[in-house]
Amino acid sequence: MDVSFAITGKGYVIIAADTTAARSIIKMKSDEDKIKVLSPHLLMAYSGEPGDTVQFAEFIERNIRLYHIRNPHPLRPQSAASWIRRSLADSIRSRRPYAVNLLVGGYDPAEHAPHLYWMDYLGTMAEVPFAAHGYGAYFALSLLDRYHDPEANLEEGIATLKKCIDEVAQRLVVAPGKYKVKVVDKDGVREIEL
Amino acid sequence: MHAFAERFSTNSASAELRRAKDILGEDNDVSDVMWGSNAGFGSLARGIPRFVVPAVQDPSAFLRMHTDDHADPSCRIKIKHGTTTLAFRFKGGVIVAVDSRATAGSYVASGTVKKVIEINPYLLGTMAGGAADCQYWETYLGIQCRLHELRNRERISVAAASKFLSNLVSNYKGMGLSMVKGTMICGWDKTGPAIFYVDSDGTRLKGDLFSVGSGSTFAYGVLDQGYRWDLTDEEAQELGRRSIYAAGHRDAFSGNTINLYHVKEDGWRFIGNYDVSEMHYNGPGGTGGYGYDVRVEGRTSANPPEEVPATEA
Repeated sequence: MDVSFAITGKGYVIIAADTTAARSIIKMKSDEDKIKVLSPHLLMAYSGEPGDTVQFAEFIERNIRLYHIRNPHPLRPQSAASWIRRSLADSIRSRRPYAVNLLVGGYDPAEHAPHLYWMDYLGTMAEVPFAAHGYGAYFALSLLDRYHDPEANLEEGIATLKKCIDEVAQRLVVAPGKYKVKVVDKDGVREIEL
Repeated sequence: MHAFAERFSTNSASAELRRAKDILGEDNDVSDVMWGSNAGFGSLARGIPRFVVPAVQDPSAFLRMHTDDHADPSCRIKIKHGTTTLAFRFKGGVIVAVDSRATAGSYVASGTVKKVIEINPYLLGTMAGGAADCQYWETYLGIQCRLHELRNRERISVAAASKFLSNLVSNYKGMGLSMVKGTMICGWDKTGPAIFYVDSDGTRLKGDLFSVGSGSTFAYGVLDQGYRWDLTDEEAQELGRRSIYAAGHRDAFSGNTINLYHVKEDGWRFIGNYDVSEMHYNGPGGTGGYGYDVRVEGRTSANPPEEVPATEA
């Protein structure tokens, strides 16, 4: 039931994920943060099978951290995404696979460009200008096909994100009430209020 | 038997009429009002017609056994499914837009289906779900609407026409009638433009904006964001076209071409048939493609710092 969106714009990636943690028909928590900060310029939203999600996300988080300790430079978004995808691909072929879907967004200071990767639990990866997971995708993708602008400034990007959230709120029966939104750009990662 | 009893009854509607005729001395048995209509009460006497259903305990389960192509790909009957249809009401009337793809399982059975059923010059019905049931019952609805006109010397309202269809399909509830996804009855009557959503659960909803079918969520995504009551005719037609394009692009079970209709005070008008791929790359009349890649061509989200001119030493 999780819903997550991500959009790129001129020099940034915005990632939004709902904040509900549900078990069967019950909301167990309504302020869960499902977006991990992996490095100064890297974000990852995760959704899927409860339990697997946090387990897998922390595994990724720790390994990226380890890379930063061992090396004097951070992992670029392209490389990080490749490594995360490989982890999912290994996982799906293991005895007990993780069922986790991801949106990985980062800013590459070397080439001054934002990068966004859509990944699913099967190990599919695609670099995209915008992405969504969960039921929200059914409403947001057509909307973003129509309204997304790769050169939009942050304000315009947030307005587009709001369009997606409003559309889902209007049409989806099980629409989430709250979202956590994080941005990554040349200045690093920060959380924003809508 | 009923007709026979009615002829000699002393308190039925036809008896009233008989007495009235005696007083007026009108002996012509076939008056204008009577013609083919039991004095305008023909629809009441006959009730809703019945239809032959399989003579088994549970017709719905029987039908499901032979048609469910998800559980059993080798089943005999594959019902044609998958659609995007939409209709919305605005200042200038009603826009009806549909795709034209019919799929049976993963097979594209046709790309030239007419999913708008022209009930009469003022009424349109859309088709989603089982093609056969929609086509049959909406044509039947057309017949009944014409009879209503003849009986009452007045066009049927959209509300009445949709209620007739709703009552009719309710009678078959649980018998496997496949209009599950729903149909929109759209038109213009003395109350102005109107849209009713009807499905075979028996749901009937009046509203300003509906989209139905597997691609409806994608259509809603574009439609909701662009919808206003005071759209001009051109804007409204463009919105209908773009919404069906979005569904045709994103939904595997919708696509091929778009059929667009506009209902106004003087009845419906067919605006055109548009190829989805053509809309993707070139747009209507070559006015610019709807496709994301086409629309944002040459734009980039990279933001390299501005080149600092080399300072002179």
